[in-house]
Amino acid sequence: MLHLEGLSKTYRTGDTALNDVTLSVPKGQILGLIGPSGAGKSTLIRCINRLVEPSAGKVMLGNVDLARLGKSDLRRQRRRIGMIFQEYALVERLTVMENVLSGRLGYVPFWRSFLRRFPPSDIERAYRLLDRVGLMDHADKRADALSGGQRQRVGIARALAQEPELLLVDEPTASLDPKTSRQIMRLLTEICAERNLPAIVNIHDVPLAQQFMQRIVGLRAGRVVFDGPPEQLTEAALTQIYGAEDWNAMRQGEREQAAAEADARARMEAIV
Amino acid sequence: MRAVYPTTWRRPPQIVRDRRWRIVLQLGILLYLVLAVGSVEVDWARVSAGLERGQRFILGFLQPDFSSRWRDISQGLVESLTMTLTSTVVGVAVSLPIGIGAARNLAPRGIYVICRGIIAVSRALQEIIIAIFLVAMFGFGPFAGFLTLSFATIGFIAKLLADDIEEIDEAQAEAIRATGASWGQLINYAIEPQVMPRLIGLSLYRLDINFRESAVIGIVGAGGIGATLNTAIDRYEYDSAGAILLIVIGIVMVAEYSSSSLRKHLQ
Amino acid sequence: MNGITHHSQVWTYRSPRQRLLLWGGWLALVALFVWCWQVMTRDTIWAFVNDAPTQAADIGGRMFPPRLSYLPELLLPLWDTLNIATLGTIGGVLMAVPVAFLAARNTTPSVHVLRPAALFIIVASRSINSLIWALLLVAIIGPGLLAGIVAIALRSIGFVGKLLYEAIEETDASQIEAVTATGASAAQVISYGIVPQIMPAFWGISVFRWDINIRESAILGLVGAGGIGLKLQASLNVLAWPQVTMILIVILGTVVLSEWISARMRHALI
Repeated sequence: MLHLEGLSKTYRTGDTALNDVTLSVPKGQILGLIGPSGAGKSTLIRCINRLVEPSAGKVMLGNVDLARLGKSDLRRQRRRIGMIFQEYALVERLTVMENVLSGRLGYVPFWRSFLRRFPPSDIERAYRLLDRVGLMDHADKRADALSGGQRQRVGIARALAQEPELLLVDEPTASLDPKTSRQIMRLLTEICAERNLPAIVNIHDVPLAQQFMQRIVGLRAGRVVFDGPPEQLTEAALTQIYGAEDWNAMRQGEREQAAAEADARARMEAIV
Repeated sequence: MRAVYPTTWRRPPQIVRDRRWRIVLQLGILLYLVLAVGSVEVDWARVSAGLERGQRFILGFLQPDFSSRWRDISQGLVESLTMTLTSTVVGVAVSLPIGIGAARNLAPRGIYVICRGIIAVSRALQEIIIAIFLVAMFGFGPFAGFLTLSFATIGFIAKLLADDIEEIDEAQAEAIRATGASWGQLINYAIEPQVMPRLIGLSLYRLDINFRESAVIGIVGAGGIGATLNTAIDRYEYDSAGAILLIVIGIVMVAEYSSSSLRKHLQ
Repeated sequence: MNGITHHSQVWTYRSPRQRLLLWGGWLALVALFVWCWQVMTRDTIWAFVNDAPTQAADIGGRMFPPRLSYLPELLLPLWDTLNIATLGTIGGVLMAVPVAFLAARNTTPSVHVLRPAALFIIVASRSINSLIWALLLVAIIGPGLLAGIVAIALRSIGFVGKLLYEAIEETDASQIEAVTATGASAAQVISYGIVPQIMPAFWGISVFRWDINIRESAILGLVGAGGIGLKLQASLNVLAWPQVTMILIVILGTVVLSEWISARMRHALI
């Protein structure tokens, strides 16, 4: 379904975040991406929908190479990729319903979205998704009135409203407590199973990854250093990914994070 | 899970939730706009005649003439700039006692009321209205302008200073008071260090405002570049007027830039 | 304690160099002030200045009591003033919105051409007081309400534009990123990712500017741009001081009222 080939990213600061990553994700597979902060996890999933522009390599979704598309073609292809964010990234001052409907933006003309006149099928779909994530009664509330777990459910519903063929999930549980984290992960895996959706999940919590993922890929300094089922993720493999006490990588992580954010901001400028 | 889901959705109103009130409000706004627009009488013949003049003004702005009225312009500028500086210095100096007097936590009740009264009068009256009166009293020229700007500065600086003092960290003042300090020592040790950086910032900001205002009060005879501008427009010398406006914009830009960088440097 | 530590006998708050700089700075300021003072008062006629207290007492005496019977004549000009302020604010805000989007770093379509142009519009509008705009417009399109409305609108562009573009630049980038990721077009990203975030700031700034515009439109009549200022000018011309007092009271009352309304509205909207 998704095939990455020779994907590399070097930021303007000179930091290499991704180094020749080649990876295939078949339909229905949930892949957990682990690694120390700064290993390039966040850059990797943003290179797929080009919120971060890859420096080299191919991103094949089906038989389209996303890395080569022009602006409007890219927008059309982005509809096929749902994304779920670490801090939910809901539009705080819009209602829950508007946030879910914003998943349809790529499908409707501007005037419809501006007047909030979405086609009936979109509204029906949005209600069905809200019911699926258990927020049927919250449709008219403003997003900033919800709890963290509820917000992430809205984020999931928004991504599903796109009718995506692939889910990109960036640290879905980083701002949630352990119990809510498990609920969200369970919901995600159920939904992927129902729809036979492939997903790439960035996750820093190794036990959580082992519990819910079908396949785990370990990144270190922008390279794939582990790829296998969770059972094979032994102490030795973990040491290979995280290092014994890899403080250096941690520090580089902050730099990569800053570089990724700056790059995303620059990209926003170009897009808007 | 249900079998059937709604196919319509309307965004719930966020501010006025009652439907009837919303309709009343919308109709009221519409009615006001109709009445207001209707009350504007426009002499279209005059406006279209003016468009040609407007063109000349824009041309004058694009090709400003600095030289032919340079003597008037430079004199106006010197008046404006000197007026700005002197009025800011005097205004801030007078604001200090008034600002302290208008702080509830420092001043006795009687003084507090008087100082707040002065501030209220200064803030309520427009510079231009004050200028009209002061020109009537002190005669034409920059002296009246200087007094106007000084008075306006008091309302601005003293109010913000007083509000600042009222918001200071009471614990620090308490600690100094506990040492047996006198009222003067209290001001010097507990209040001054807390409000000084902001006071300097505000003074620089006011310097900026005073220059802009100095370009206006000349219209009623209080000196400065405004008088020169008024004459230029009266004579339909749009190229000179354009030159004056460009100079004002330039000075404001320089002042704004340098005062913000100076403020950053000082804090 | 025997000679291990050695303190200076005199404690000072600042180092000598710092003190020197500080005193130098103050001295320079005083010198500049004295020089400016001399230049400014070169042509001042001190006889008029000395005469000022008498003049003040004279004017003060004539101003009271205010002429209450003048009030009905002021209502129509007051209505005009209100309209100048309100319509001018609406016009200014409508023009300021596109300027703000062009000026904000994260929404401008061109950093090297349109952004500097938008910033120049903002600075030019801000540097020139509405009274000067009115002076120009009265000369160009003739006296009347229209000149006042356009003057207020032109002055408001800079104020609203500056505060609004700062609000746009402060928006949360992750919300914008999320809307972009759905495949939304640029216009949709603005309407879903940015507009909801800046709405409270937008209303707050507009109402605040309306409040300021009420003050400013009250005096535009001095240069012929309509409203209650026309009456002020007429009364001053014939030295009808009791009428002047009445007008000032009406202006003051309006200003206080508009300040109260704007405070209430901002409280309700945000």
